Order: sequence, then structure tokens, then C-alpha cells
Amino acid sequence: MTFQGWLLIAAFVGLLLILVKPVGLWLFALYEGRRTPLHGLLGPVERGFYRLSGIDPREEQGWRRYAVHMLVFNTALLLLTYTLLRMQAVLPLNPQHLGAVSGHLAFNSAISFTSNTNWQSYAGESTMSNLSQMLALTIHNFLSAATGIALAFALFRGFARRSSATIGNFWADMVRVTLYLLLPLCVLLAIFYMASGVPQTLAGPVEVTTLEGAKQTLALGPVAGQEAIKMLGTNGGGFFNANSAHPFENPTALTNFVQMLSIFAIGVGLTHSFGKAVGNVRQGWAILAAMMVLFLAGVAITCWQEAAGNPVLHHLGVPGGNMEGKEVRFGIAASALFSVITTAASCGAVNAMHDSFTAIGGLVPLFNMQLGEVVVGGVGAGIYGFLLFAILAVFVAGLMVGRTPEYVGKKIESREVKLAVLAIAVLPMAILGFTAIASVLPAGLAGPLNKGPHGFSEILYAFTSAVANNGSAFAGLTANTPFYNGLLGVAMWIGRFFIIIPMLAIAGGLAAKKYTPETAGSFPTTGPLWTGLLVGIVLIVGGLTFLPGLALGPMADHLAMVRGQLF
Amino acid sequence: MFTDLKTSLRPALAMTLLFALLLGIAYPLALTGIGQALFPFQANGSLIGQSGRPVGSTLIGQNFASDRYFHSRPSAAGKGYDGLASSGSNLGPASKALADRVARDIQALHSPGRPVPSDLVTTSASGLDPHISPDAAFFQVGRVAKARGLEPGQVRALVDRSIERPLLGFLGEARVNVLEINRRLDGIGANQAG
Repeated sequence: MTFQGWLLIAAFVGLLLILVKPVGLWLFALYEGRRTPLHGLLGPVERGFYRLSGIDPREEQGWRRYAVHMLVFNTALLLLTYTLLRMQAVLPLNPQHLGAVSGHLAFNSAISFTSNTNWQSYAGESTMSNLSQMLALTIHNFLSAATGIALAFALFRGFARRSSATIGNFWADMVRVTLYLLLPLCVLLAIFYMASGVPQTLAGPVEVTTLEGAKQTLALGPVAGQEAIKMLGTNGGGFFNANSAHPFENPTALTNFVQMLSIFAIGVGLTHSFGKAVGNVRQGWAILAAMMVLFLAGVAITCWQEAAGNPVLHHLGVPGGNMEGKEVRFGIAASALFSVITTAASCGAVNAMHDSFTAIGGLVPLFNMQLGEVVVGGVGAGIYGFLLFAILAVFVAGLMVGRTPEYVGKKIESREVKLAVLAIAVLPMAILGFTAIASVLPAGLAGPLNKGPHGFSEILYAFTSAVANNGSAFAGLTANTPFYNGLLGVAMWIGRFFIIIPMLAIAGGLAAKKYTPETAGSFPTTGPLWTGLLVGIVLIVGGLTFLPGLALGPMADHLAMVRGQLF
Repeated sequence: MFTDLKTSLRPALAMTLLFALLLGIAYPLALTGIGQALFPFQANGSLIGQSGRPVGSTLIGQNFASDRYFHSRPSAAGKGYDGLASSGSNLGPASKALADRVARDIQALHSPGRPVPSDLVTTSASGLDPHISPDAAFFQVGRVAKARGLEPGQVRALVDRSIERPLLGFLGEARVNVLEINRRLDGIGANQAG
């Protein structure tokens, strides 16, 4: 890779680390329910929301109530989206006169956006009206992100509180995060995107006559607003089929850089908020260090492989890196970096087609998701996923020395470990189970575009992306069928809520525990030893299960590519 | 559990409505207002050409077949540069279809022996890539100059002037906007005719 490419990565990591503390402190203020400078402007809106909903924001909830309210709210949003999509043909703001979205596609898309996955079985510009994009889809980008952050707050309170029966108020967390963080930041980002060339209009497509006299019709719409929250909320559901590779979603190298930063901004900030919440910011930095080790390893491998290029094309007389499925304005480095960021976090936006990456270059995004997207991860989901691994890590350390493990002042006992394992086991069981089903049924085998091992990779990637709530794809797979829409829909629901419920149960249990002060015998959960243990646990517990699947897909693909054996 | 469920219904319904109004209606409409007022050119697709008769968007690539123009990259969007069907080829690295397509495109370039700039025979991610690399532009200079009866040096100088450099030296890649350079090419012809 070029020097310029390494400079890009260095600039990205440098700016990201600068963001950790300010974002973390802002989030911590919201976690505590403190007043922010924005309260003067938006305070009345917040109070209005509570009054009209009949909520007392100071009323504390136990973990069961927190979970039920969260689930009912998400179900209501899901039904709203399903209904709007099914009724699209008769609703306004539909300049292309698009018909109703089919039942199985509406089912899939409603779950997809509710679960912060934003898997897209459809091409936005030819399927969704402007109203559907705004009202049925964009609101989930905000609310699924806010739900993730609220849940992370709930788990933080579990660690931070002592002998408490409650973990906060779901509604207060939701409203504060949306009003004082997501919405104002998105307005600023959207204005920047518009200035850079991202359209924002309610008009329909426009027809142009090219220099050669041909007609070209360009899809337009309210893109900028959706783009802003799509990245900041690690949603990834694009306005257009080509997502952030489309020049109207991501017109310049600078918008691309801002998009990459906004995918990670809240996720890294939350590690710092966690440290603040448990009264020791070094706990947060230790987690971030482990995340960064895993992240940079992925970046190095993907950048190296994509820059090395495809030997099959080299033999044909086309030297250099792999440009199939990449945009010239981003080039190799910014495409490879974006792919690792979007899969390390649970974003799933793409600025290059992962399906056309080199075999190993495409393995890294797949593996990132299979680790459970805990390398920074989705907003909220990343940190609570990572804390589940931290519980396992102290448990393993405790086994080695033979004493009850503790973490940030709480004893980790059998209940916590069982629940953490339950949550972590959802990923391999669902991903591998669904992939196995799709790999033997005719309806599943009809999906892949590519033949040979790469076709299997497309199926494995789809279910990995769905269960991990990522939403990116090896997009050659024809997924808009009743079979895939149905199965992927179920996979996304399991991947989101079957992890959240055990996680909230852990939060409730921890909150009820007494504080256990650190002693000379406590295993230190800061410092390089701990970071190393965390990385090891994530790789061994999270990753090892997937090795056979990866061998059948990308690794076999790599050997074929190197030998020039084509499918 | 039943009390939890019962207490959730009113806030869940009210919040769904309130958030839908705020985030699904007010937010995009306010932004549309801001965009149309402050950035009307960008917010409506960065269209260029005489008013009322746009020839394209500076951000969206288009198909060029004539020898008189610089060609864009191959495109997998619909039948090529379909603005309603953005897409990559999604062909994997060991795909026979990919190797065959690239071999065909190389043959069509009629330049045996010269290494082919990779972006000139690969499809972009969106199928709407407005740019080619400087190498890909220089590669086409001979053909364009011949078709237009211009000196190759003149066309090469035009490519040189049309290269956009990375921001701050590392953000993005050096590139040439195909629609813009082709409009400049037509400008040269017009000047000479005049």
C-alpha cells in the first residue's frame, strides 16, 4: 500500500482518539441525566414528550420493566414501518408512483431497521418512496441507535450501582439520547453533506440528456438527512442500492472520511462513559485498547490484500490493486479501511462492494462480524457486547487462580457467567444453523450469484450480517425472495433481542449486588495483561467456532484465486 | 410481568407517534428547507448544462461510446450508468465471468502490450463512478486526439489540467472527472471552429 494510504489510517486513528473523551463525557452527562447546554433549547421538547406519554422520567425501572418497555416500543415501531411500507402506493410523497412493498420484503425491512441491522433486500431508488425513506426507515436509524445506547446505559448502571433494584428509566434514556445527542449532531452532519453535494429534495428523479445525446434518469430524494444518522447511528441502510459508494450518498473523499469517523464516534465515546460510570476511566481505556488491537490487525490485513490485488487480473495484463467494485475517488486505502470500520462497528454501510474484494480482504469483514461486532461495535451494542466478553475473561482468569472473579467492583458469579455465555452462544448457533439450512435447501442454493466457494461465502456472509445486526452484504446474493427475506428476518430478530434480554438480566443482577472493593488478590482489569486476555478471549471464544466455515468459503476462495482456478 | 406490559402501552404508542413526527417528518422537512435555501445546486443533484436542459450531474458518471470522448469505467448499473439502478458487479475474485469480462474489455481497447490501468477494465461499486484515474485518462489520449484531429500534446495538456488532487495530499485519490473533461474537449472544438 502507498504511503498516502498509511497516512489516511494514521489520521483516522488519531482523530478518533481525540474524539473519545469529549464524546464520552457528553454521553456520561446524558447517562446521569445532567443538564447540557442544549437543554435551554430542547428542554421544552423533552418535557413535552414526557407529558404527552404520561411518563415520570425520575421513576426508576427494574430490569424486567426496562426490558418489557423496550420490547413493546420496538414492536410498535416495527408495526408502524410494516404498515407504511405495505400502504406505500396510496400514501403521499411518492413521485415515482412506486407500488406497495411486498409482504415478505416489508417484514424483512421492518425487522431489519428495528434491529439496527439495516440489511437491504431491496434497491432503495426503485423500491422506496420518499415518505417510506423518511417516515418508515429514517426514524429507526435514530431510534434503534438510541435503544442501543439506552441499553448500554442500563448495563453501566448495573456495574455502577450498589444494592439497587433498578437500572434507570428506558423512556428518559431514549428521549435524552435522541434529543441531546443524535438529532443535533445529525443536523450539523446533514448540512455538511448537503454542502458537499448530497441531495435533499422531495422531488422525483430528473432526466438529463448526455453529451452523446442519450437519456439518463437520476434518482434524487431526501438523502442528506438519512445519510447523517445512517452513519452516526451505525445503521448503514442507504438511500440507494449502492449505499455509500453512490456519489449522491458519499460524493467526496472528505465526506467519506467524516462518514468513517461518525461510524466509530459514539462507540469509542461509550468506552469512556463506561469508565466514568464505574469511577475509573482506565477501565474504559483498557477496553478501547483491546478494541483497537483487533481493529488495526483487520485494517492491516485487508489493506494489504486489496493493495496486492487479484492475481487472476494480473495474468490478464492488468497490474496493481483490486479496483473491481471500488470507486476511483476513494481508491484502495479508503475502501479497505471503510470495510473494516463498517463491519467492526455494526454499521454495514459500504463504500465498495465487499463481494468483489480479494478472498482474504473479504474474510476480514466477515470475521469482524462473527466476533460479535465488539471491535468498537454498534452504538451501545458494541460496548454491551464487549462487556459480556469481559465477564467471560474475568471468569477465565478466576478459574486460573481459583477465586471468585470480580470486575469493576462487582463479584462475577455463576448467574452472570451463564447469562453471558447464553448471549454469546446466540451468534454461532444462529449464524451457522441458518447458513447450514440455506446451504442445503434449493431455495437457499438459488441465491448466490457466484459459483464455487465464493457462492458459499455469500450465504455465510448474509446470515452473519443478519445475526450480528450489521447489514452489509456480499451483495451478489439474490435475497429478495420469500425464503431469504423470511429467514434473514428471523435471524436479525434473534441476533438483536436474544442477546439484549440476557444482557439486561445481567444488568439487573449486578445492580442488586454489593460493592466489592479491590484487594491485593484482585485480578487487575486495566493494563496490558488484561488487554491481552480480552483480545484472546474475543478471538478464541468468539472467533474459533467460525474457522471451519471460513475455511470452506474465503480460504478455499483464496487458494482458487492464487492458483487461477476459476468458477 | 403483566403490570410491566400494561404500563408500557401508553408511552409506547405516544412515543411512536411523537418520534415519528419529529424524526420522520419535521427533521427531513427542515433539512429540505435548509438545503433548498442554502445549497440549491447541491441539494438538487449538482446538475450542469444550460438551464432547463441539463447534460448531467457533476457527481454521476455517464456512458461515453464515441472515440471522440474519454470513456468512463465499465458499469454494472443496469445496462450501464443507469441512474435508477446503482450497483456493482458483485463478481468474486475467482469468478470466470469477471475474468472473461476483463479479457473482453482489454481486447476492445486495441492496445496490445501496454499495461492496462486497472480502473479502466473494472466496474465501480456504484456503477455511477464519475471519475477515472489519471493513468486511465492518459491511456486514452491517442484515440481521442486522432478522432478529433487534435495534437496528442494538446489533449495530454488538457488531461493534466483536469486532474483533481487528493485533499491535503492524502484524502482521496488523484482523479479526472469524465463528464467535465469531455465538456472541455467540446470547448476546444468550438473555439477552433469559431
